[in-house]
Amino acid sequence: MTTNGHIEKKRLENPPSTIKFKIQRREKEGAPASWETFAIDYRRNLNVISALMEIRKNPVTVEGRQTTPPVWDMSCLEQVCGICTMVIDGKVRQSCSALIDDLLVASGSDTISLAPMSKFPNVRDLKVDRSKMFDHLKQVKAWVDLDGSYDLGPGPHVTNELAQERYALSRCMTCGCCLEACPQYGDDNYIGPQAIAQAHLFNMHPTGKANMEERLNGLLGDDGIGNCGNAQNCVQVCPMSLPLTKAIYQTNRDITVEAIFGWLKK
Amino acid sequence: MASSSLKFAIVGGGLAGLAAAMKLAEAGHMVDLISVVPVKRSHSVCAQGGINGAVNTKGEGDSPAKHLDDTVYGGDFLANQPPVKRMTDMAPEIIYLFDRMGVPFSRTKEGLMDFRRFGGTLHHRTAFSGASTGQQLLYALDEQVRRWEVEKRVTKYEGWEMLSLVLDDHQVCRGLVAMNLQTLELKSFAADAVIMATGGPGMVFGKSTNSQTCTGSAVAACYLQGARYANGEFIQVHPTSIPGEDKLRLMSESARGEGGRVWVPRDPMDARKPKDIPDADRRYFLEEKYPAYGNLVPRDIATREIFQVCLEGHGVGGENQVYLDLTHIPADTLTEKLGAILEIYEMFVGDDPRYVPMRIFPGVHYSMGGLWVDFEQRTNIPGLFAAGECDYSIHGANRLGANSLLSCVYGGFVAAPSAMEYAKNVERGSSESNGIHAAELARQEAINQSIIKSEGGENQYKLHEELGKVMTDNVTVVRYNDRLQATDDKIRELQDRFSKISINDSNLWATQAIPHARQLKNMFELARVITLGALNRNESRGAHYKPEFPDRDDENFMKTTVAEYSAEAPVLSYEPIDVSLVEPRKRDYSSKKAKA
Repeated sequence: MTTNGHIEKKRLENPPSTIKFKIQRREKEGAPASWETFAIDYRRNLNVISALMEIRKNPVTVEGRQTTPPVWDMSCLEQVCGICTMVIDGKVRQSCSALIDDLLVASGSDTISLAPMSKFPNVRDLKVDRSKMFDHLKQVKAWVDLDGSYDLGPGPHVTNELAQERYALSRCMTCGCCLEACPQYGDDNYIGPQAIAQAHLFNMHPTGKANMEERLNGLLGDDGIGNCGNAQNCVQVCPMSLPLTKAIYQTNRDITVEAIFGWLKK
Repeated sequence: MASSSLKFAIVGGGLAGLAAAMKLAEAGHMVDLISVVPVKRSHSVCAQGGINGAVNTKGEGDSPAKHLDDTVYGGDFLANQPPVKRMTDMAPEIIYLFDRMGVPFSRTKEGLMDFRRFGGTLHHRTAFSGASTGQQLLYALDEQVRRWEVEKRVTKYEGWEMLSLVLDDHQVCRGLVAMNLQTLELKSFAADAVIMATGGPGMVFGKSTNSQTCTGSAVAACYLQGARYANGEFIQVHPTSIPGEDKLRLMSESARGEGGRVWVPRDPMDARKPKDIPDADRRYFLEEKYPAYGNLVPRDIATREIFQVCLEGHGVGGENQVYLDLTHIPADTLTEKLGAILEIYEMFVGDDPRYVPMRIFPGVHYSMGGLWVDFEQRTNIPGLFAAGECDYSIHGANRLGANSLLSCVYGGFVAAPSAMEYAKNVERGSSESNGIHAAELARQEAINQSIIKSEGGENQYKLHEELGKVMTDNVTVVRYNDRLQATDDKIRELQDRFSKISINDSNLWATQAIPHARQLKNMFELARVITLGALNRNESRGAHYKPEFPDRDDENFMKTTVAEYSAEAPVLSYEPIDVSLVEPRKRDYSSKKAKA
């Protein structure tokens, strides 16, 4: 509906009196997965986190069976820390910004399914272990090699254009959406888009550039950038809209340039 | 490990903790870094606005001395001034350091760092990186500390929660005990010195703008073991936050700056859509009461008025919410000026604020109080240091915008050398072998077991909700002594009921029930410190406002409140303040400027 240029979002008409959550349960890593369904009273302005908080208070399934409270990770609830990522109605995203009304409108159902990300060790229920993503950041040396943290005056001149381009990549919150959606990522065979984008973030910086070769070397192993299949799923699911495919393209180009002209420097 | 290298434990991996870790590792020492979440997910990511430093790039004659003046004036003369001066002096070099680390600060056309204006100052003093400066600064330190992790100087324990300090017979801190949140394994960390950098206690109020990890639990543990807690009653409440079922999200003050109007329907139960309610049936209560400043009254006044309207039952739908209305401004103008912040509202509420008035309510935002420290970030417990929001030292009775990121880094940069100096000279003794670590581990394990075995049917999450409600109703914006007393009675009732909780999780692997129960138990203690500190302070100053005592009383209360634990109730005492640098004067933002 349009009034005065306002495209009103499709509203949930006649909301159900209760909403159901079908939640994947797992006691611990390696244990079998199962599903349990919970129901809570519908209220306006619920998100997945507030529904989980409600269920946690009194975890009884729709069959009336007392069970353990679902376990999940949460922290900032503003979609900036990345911790609460899970698979909601089949789509990987942060649960804090997943609004119940939107999910019900999109599915036309009164049930929402919650599952952990599948590409990481499943600690319990909806909680996963993404420490590998941080290891990947070590592998590509995603930092500027400072001489020291004492007072050495300002950094190099940087144009605002470059600052903005780097800012877009620097918003990566290591949430793992891109890896979950990537058809190539899994079983340690591919480092994935997040680490490549972070390598590029520092390769673009006037000081960071000095270590470009080391960073690119981190991307040339068996799990390296060559494994990208160009499915472009990463850029579709990134909640921070990082230009991931562009970063992969530019990094590939840097590798080619380095391969052709690198010997001149030796 | 080199013979000269010392061993430190840092609790908390936000800006303050990472800043200290970087300094210690750089000096060649070993650091155990303990954090409940991966450090890159710490609450520092939530800061949007920027970081203050009088770099004076705009030809305005700004200086660290002016920054000092703005900070102590904004803090209503409750801060000791020497550490504030040291911080404002250090601010430009801190900002330059982040620039060297590669933070994508917004730039001028010459390629220099850009600065903008923020609340409580007349100068362009705030460096910023898009609308997520906290995230960008945190990431820069996270990257540098990762470098030291690769060098094996820093060992991260992410997903571990500190439970208590390990103190020797002379009350000297020799390390700490922490719990693995996955396995519930308890481990003691021996250290020559411990630095607390755990942030604020927003969860004491149930819902706040803080992250879920901001329980204050680790700081409360220090307090229970003898650390002094200062100025607990000073809690900053931001006037405009977006109420959610799960938390309160910040709505920037710039919405009012661009012409937003605050109102409620004359009939709170008016069923019409807001835009169908004619002006005659609306109450623009800020404009009515403050015709000169209208919706742009200072932050604390706006907060108080909105709170009062809702407390009296006039909020929209009778609930704790009022309209913040931008719909009279052309949509294109709003998109251009406020785009990013309006998107946040739309993302979490689902309404487009360009066409539907926002529903907002004041939200607990920041604790000026925290662990008592001296000018070198030392607590009263030898070997225990504190930095960042969890220490009380910088902001007095009220914090200025964009000073929090600065104070975190400053605190870490002072705590680290101070801890090194201490550790170099401390007598090691035989703390590892004489059983104090084993004894503390056993004590903490017994607490876990008592929680696991506890029965009585009380629900920990419901108790937390009750705590949050009574604290938010009575110990935030407007404070009355009878209600503060009633709140303390209520907290003690909740403590009593807590002894009868039944954990509702039979699976102890990665359970959240036991950590939450332990946090809640500690939150009750901090809640009492905050409440009784407020009860005892019979004046109004900064964020602390009592209608019964509406004026600032320098003679009796220009003093730091110091709380020390005792089983009965916190023991309060008052410490004079060092105002040797800026003469105290009346704080008054109603006229243009009352400068010294």
